[in-house]
Amino acid sequence: MADKTIQLKIKRQPNPEVAAYWEDFELPWRPNMNVISVLMELAMLAKTKDGKPTTPITYDSNCLEEVCGSCAMLINGKAHMACSALIDDLEQPIKLEPLSKFPIVRDLAVDRKVLFENLKRVKAWIPIDGTYDLGPGPRQSEAQQNEEYPYSRCISCTCCMEVCPQFNEDTGFVGAATIAQVLLFNLNPTGQMQAPERLRALMGDGGIHECGYAQNCVEICPKDIPLTKAIATVGRAVVGQAVKDLFTT
Amino acid sequence: MPAAPKVIVVGGGLAGLAAVIKIAEHGGHVDLFSIVPVKRSHSVCAQGGINAAKNLKGEGDSPWKHFDDTIYGGDFLANQPPVKEMCEAAPGIIDLLDRMGVTFNRTPEGLLDFRRFGGTLYNRTAFAGATTGQQLLYALDEQVRRHEAEGRVKKFEHWEFLSAVLDEEKTCRGICAMDLRTMEVRTFPADVVIICTGGIGAIFGKSTNSVVCTGSAQSVLYQQGCYYANGEFIQVHPTSIPGEDKLRLMSESARGEGGRVWVPKQPGDKRNALSIPANERWYFLEEWYPKYGNLVPRDVATRAIHKVVYEYHLGIDGQPMVYLDLTHIDRAILDKKLEGILEIYEKFVGDDPREVPMKIFPGMHYTMGGLWVDFKQRTNIPGIMAAGECEYQYHGANRLGANSLVSCIWGGFVSGLEAVNYAKGLKTRYESVSSTVYEAEKKRQEDTNARLMSSDGAENPFRIWREMGEIMTKDCTVIRYNKNIREADAKLVQLLERYRHINLSDRTMWANTTIAFARQLYNMLQLARVVAQGAAARDESRGAHYKPDFPDRDDKNWLKTTKASFAPDADEPKFEFEPVDISLIPPRPRRYDMAT
Ligand SMILES: Cc1cc2nc3c(=O)[nH]c(=O)nc-3n(C[C@H](O)[C@H](O)[C@H](O)COP(=O)(O)OP(=O)(O)OC[C@H]3O[C@@H](n4cnc5c(N)ncnc54)[C@H](O)[C@@H]3O)c2cc1C
Ligand code: SF4
Ligand code: SF4
Ligand code: FES
Repeated sequence: MADKTIQLKIKRQPNPEVAAYWEDFELPWRPNMNVISVLMELAMLAKTKDGKPTTPITYDSNCLEEVCGSCAMLINGKAHMACSALIDDLEQPIKLEPLSKFPIVRDLAVDRKVLFENLKRVKAWIPIDGTYDLGPGPRQSEAQQNEEYPYSRCISCTCCMEVCPQFNEDTGFVGAATIAQVLLFNLNPTGQMQAPERLRALMGDGGIHECGYAQNCVEICPKDIPLTKAIATVGRAVVGQAVKDLFTT
Repeated sequence: MPAAPKVIVVGGGLAGLAAVIKIAEHGGHVDLFSIVPVKRSHSVCAQGGINAAKNLKGEGDSPWKHFDDTIYGGDFLANQPPVKEMCEAAPGIIDLLDRMGVTFNRTPEGLLDFRRFGGTLYNRTAFAGATTGQQLLYALDEQVRRHEAEGRVKKFEHWEFLSAVLDEEKTCRGICAMDLRTMEVRTFPADVVIICTGGIGAIFGKSTNSVVCTGSAQSVLYQQGCYYANGEFIQVHPTSIPGEDKLRLMSESARGEGGRVWVPKQPGDKRNALSIPANERWYFLEEWYPKYGNLVPRDVATRAIHKVVYEYHLGIDGQPMVYLDLTHIDRAILDKKLEGILEIYEKFVGDDPREVPMKIFPGMHYTMGGLWVDFKQRTNIPGIMAAGECEYQYHGANRLGANSLVSCIWGGFVSGLEAVNYAKGLKTRYESVSSTVYEAEKKRQEDTNARLMSSDGAENPFRIWREMGEIMTKDCTVIRYNKNIREADAKLVQLLERYRHINLSDRTMWANTTIAFARQLYNMLQLARVVAQGAAARDESRGAHYKPDFPDRDDKNWLKTTKASFAPDADEPKFEFEPVDISLIPPRPRRYDMAT
């Protein structure tokens, strides 16, 4: 067992202006490793498989327990969180690439601020009057909490957008995560008061009608968020809102 | 009318975001800096919950009891008035979070549900599944996004704080920061700066903290003249899951919901856990601490586990690990209340904790020490404030579970309001500060970068980091001996010497993570010495700080706050001490093995 190794192929791109290329890496196997612990090890090694000095690999990470959403990348071609990708579960050589639908920053790091912009577009917040003491919020049943909670666990990893056939520059589609957040805020008793605004933000270009129900999103989501259910529910509400708007203007 | 107060907030965890919201609400303008997008801050990791004495369970709980538990749990080292204010504000903070839409768990009547955490006898902890920190951070993040959309807040994400800009009077007039993509170094003027940069876990190598919790910003400020207080008080969480890249936390809520800690009575017992009959298991916490049982405070539980493993040699299969057992609890209850944390164990270890007892061991978790602040969150440098885990005010010698989130939000609120007041009271605003002040600081930081880029020694920064982590974990955590701590400090000096011969394996000027890390490493080494020397100085045992050679708390000599300041000539900390404000609750012995 002493000489068991881990083999990797990593896509490198020093900056957005230059072409990408592949580098091969090899390092000793240890039990219980994940992709991040391998990348940490490579930073210390700073050598390719054939001993050529190279730069440490740039990637995003923070929590290392799949809750901050930083470390999404393509692992053996599939969008996955690197911190929860256990080496022993992966076929080797392990292929690491950046997500393909977002502007590259460097190596495995991409720029995903589009999701945060989309959350602004749909006003994904409860517009409280102020932070002064106004007593408790509205009462909610346990059942209601159970319904909301899964959506509140979205880690903004953008995996659902990466795999969505409709998410691209042509459609400007907001993606499944944003739609699920609309549902979360529209379910909240206070958030409900602004539901029409959020629904209207999902009409028109890039809105919910772009979704082709391909269901890739729900399969990839690391937090098992019921995305297709959210899309269906919000989709109906958007249609309802459009009809209502037609008759009131 | 004078221009709106201009505030810089560094850090977008709970503390930073809470500060931003208060400032925006009070008419200030905020530039918010963070290494990671604020929604990805370490606060998302908090699993267990947030404390507030809402007394919704008919137990007669009250903010005073919360206050008393906090002071007692912290072994009387915290200044009492600010802790009392925090505990009084806590129920209102929970209400606010509820109004912001946090998906807190509910009772059948539709009220907030509360659970019990360590160091108290009351059900005082509100929770949202097993992802409370994530839910709270998102609630604040959403409010900040709203203020951002309305133009009151500007975010600088993927920017790292490098230093404060100080004028001739040593008043802070802004910050110097680096864009982690373009590597541009730039200064940003402001009336006042609030530091909310979180924990220092990376100084210990592996910890339960997130990657960016290096304490680098705190260390820079200490090197620029801020006091760093009670640095020697480091909380080691009794139940973490040992891992290659980090120590993943198994939240105290696992014990709050009835989890039991045990080891096989027979040393080196090779049987699988479930086949060991009850009478051959040793539930040592329940036996030693009948009143609190498995829910003794963290320092007590941690030392008990160390004792069982290292003195009685009863670790599972001879390894440094004990069982944390949930298998006697109904699956449906576990799924409802603990799903998120059980998922972590399943995902990262591969076993189902509903079926097999988990294997856990203590791991570095939290720093009680931090930047010294007064009761209004002001550091000793005018114009620099601090809130959250990066400051020292609320937890004394040991933090109670679920008390950090509340102290972050409370401290953030206090600092935000105070920042606006401070800015309004300034005689000269940042606009009238000479540009040479900013240019000088920028040059100083650019010179540091240039030095690192051209350094061509043979030392690998990541290796130095690993060695520092090992030294600090071994000699400066659970059990401390003066001789070992002094040796550890001498080794830190050697590492600082080796640091001078560092070699960056990346010299490009685009998204270069190596140079950012090298800068942090230097600051970590400097701060590590504050922790080590503070621990060496304090010859007593109090809260998380335990010295077998001085096993008792010594109020006569040591009921005082440690204040470290940087002595540039000696290139190391010097120490002074300050009395603790004990005006509200007279100190009493801290005993969890009997009623007090
Ligand atoms: C695994 C785990 C579980 C926990 N569970 C609980 C719990 O259940 N209850 C509880 O009360 N407490 C808990 N805690 C403690 C609590 O989570 C933390 O103390 C708290 O979240 C700290 O919040 P903060 O706002 O101070 O900092 P953080 O959330 O750490 O945020 C720090 C911010 O500063 C930024 N930053 C840092 N350095 C720089 C720099 N140089 N330049 C720019 N930006 C910078 C970061 O990007 C980040 O935005 C837990 C801690 C851990 C590790
Ligand atoms: S259902 Fe398909 S088209 Fe719709 S969001 Fe999901 S992946 Fe995209
Ligand atoms: S919905 Fe799921 S896949 Fe999409 S961003 Fe959220 S957590 Fe990630
Ligand atoms: S590092 Fe946070 S999700 Fe992987």
